[in-house]
Amino acid sequence: MSVQPPNAERQIWIFTHMLRVREFEERVKRTFTEHPGVIRGHTHLADGAEASIVGALSHFRGGDAALATYRCHGYPLVLGSDPKAMMAEIYGRADGLCKGLGGSMHLTDVKRGFLGTSGIVGAGIPHAAGAAWAAQIRHKGEIVFCFFGDGASKQGAFHETLNIASLWKLPVIFVMENNGYNVVTTTAQEDANAANGEPLALKAKAYAMPGVTVDGADPLAVHATVGAAVERARAGDGPTLVESKVYRLSAHGNIIAPPGVPLHYPEHEAITVFGKREEYEAALRGDPVPRFRAALVKSGVLSGAKAGELAAQVAKEMDAAVSFAVKSPFPKLESALENVYA
Amino acid sequence: MAQLPFIAAIDAGIHQEMRRDPSVLYFGQNLATTENHPFVAAYGHERVRVTPISETAEIGIAIGAAMAGLRPVVELYMAEFMLVAMDQVLNEAPRFRYMSGGQVKVPLVLKAGFGFAAGWAGQHTGSLTALFMGVPGLKVVVPSTAADAKGLMATAIRDDNPVVFLHHYLLTLEHGEVPDGEHLVPFGKAEIRRAGGDVTIVATGWMVLRSLAAAEKLAAEGIQAEVIDPRTVAPLDLATILKSVAKTGRLVLVDQAPRHATVGGIIAGDVAEHGFSSLKAPILQVNARDATVPYSEPLEAYVIPDEERIIAAVRKVLKAGR
Repeated sequence: MSVQPPNAERQIWIFTHMLRVREFEERVKRTFTEHPGVIRGHTHLADGAEASIVGALSHFRGGDAALATYRCHGYPLVLGSDPKAMMAEIYGRADGLCKGLGGSMHLTDVKRGFLGTSGIVGAGIPHAAGAAWAAQIRHKGEIVFCFFGDGASKQGAFHETLNIASLWKLPVIFVMENNGYNVVTTTAQEDANAANGEPLALKAKAYAMPGVTVDGADPLAVHATVGAAVERARAGDGPTLVESKVYRLSAHGNIIAPPGVPLHYPEHEAITVFGKREEYEAALRGDPVPRFRAALVKSGVLSGAKAGELAAQVAKEMDAAVSFAVKSPFPKLESALENVYA
Repeated sequence: MAQLPFIAAIDAGIHQEMRRDPSVLYFGQNLATTENHPFVAAYGHERVRVTPISETAEIGIAIGAAMAGLRPVVELYMAEFMLVAMDQVLNEAPRFRYMSGGQVKVPLVLKAGFGFAAGWAGQHTGSLTALFMGVPGLKVVVPSTAADAKGLMATAIRDDNPVVFLHHYLLTLEHGEVPDGEHLVPFGKAEIRRAGGDVTIVATGWMVLRSLAAAEKLAAEGIQAEVIDPRTVAPLDLATILKSVAKTGRLVLVDQAPRHATVGGIIAGDVAEHGFSSLKAPILQVNARDATVPYSEPLEAYVIPDEERIIAAVRKVLKAGR
């Protein structure tokens, strides 16, 4: 089996969604300075991971499910969630995707197959396996996408779940977005494989499932690699661990300054903690969004003018999300006591 | 009606629901390892599975399966094994409905035995009920009779929320009359196990039996104790307790947990707030002594509340106050 590369139209679809994720996150980031105090708590951005997110979810079909972590803004955008409702959720408003009860770390859109996001590192991995059990016994070839970071692969939940998923041949794709950092700890400081120069995908070997490493900044490479895992899962042959190497272009999260207002995003930890400005600047030069745009223009899939039009369109869409969310009212107080129990 | 041991009544409740609803799953460690296992034989491996010793994954998988539309029952054997996976129990399962703004339901049952005060020493004997009780989104069930074991299990499976089903290990072989056909016991409805007008005793699990035995001895002295079994502590039927206290004016709370980790302590707070004017004497608690449960038999018996301590508390509360 080999995965068909996406045609020109699909490549433009991938690029458009990468842009949408980037522009959405840019506006979340800007909110801290343009509308201080509007976003509370801790917020985690997906900038830098767009190619990985969209490349993987380009295989998503109706009936599939996806689950992710607190760094969860990218996936629902690709699955069709309304950026207005997403931004309103991040602003804690009544029109939010989750009625203002979840916020940035817990975006959920069940109608679009985005089942839930745990804010506890690694905890969502078994949830994806459970959803995959449900898919397995529906016998419709439906699968589950499970997104998490490199840090989660040090949690027991990861190891316990990969063992069971492989044992039961569950239709799930474990997409580990390895961004090289667990907050301010480098992968080599906390991972025995990384410290010994091995890929993190090697962990799959312990659970008798395929483990592959892919350049997560290249959406076509991600499409091909995840595509093979998707075919395997839909065929009933079980899970795959995909290590997608990405570089997050923002810090782990916004500055938290209790009891005041979170004001802004600091520079990346490579600079602020490790003093490795060149590492970060190299990552910026490899930024997946302009990189894919250049590739599409070079291959003739997209003209420069068309790319500009798309960018303007997406910017307008995301500006509208901010205006909508800022104007949305706060939820009624009594709604805090609704939805505690089903 | 059939005479069934408690443990068989729980199984009857699970069978009742698995027969009528194909979305019910049953899985756990050391379960379903042969084709003639009664649940495998009846429902097959799609719905009944053995797991490795991986509580975090077992409970996490149940949560995901529930969010995807199934109704899992996880066999955990001992409540302490949930401690290995406490994040999933307290900070995952009960959160998703709320955090998603009501988009998802997480109907699952975590079945676990507790309180095995039969020489199991320090790590398999805990009474952890109160630990689960104050978590919004979670329901907590503690049956004390075989009939309730069946009916509460069936209700737990039908409930659209995560339910911790705690069965006391020393009740395992207690026999009781269990209704044959479909049997459901509602949540949030306490049962008055013994009526009496002099003092109210509230207890759960095995402590219900000890309280009833104590009440019989007290009756021989002419003291009539009313023994209430809440059956579910989340939701808690406070109204039945307050009504009884309004009648008796005296309350003894019996709980197998150490004093500051009891359901009784929580009930005491509620009654002090909402039933103070009924009270003729201070509320008394009979709890485990504040120690890890010891192995040696006389020491274990010394730590766990017994009939004599319940009787002593009742006598004390009757002498006290106005």
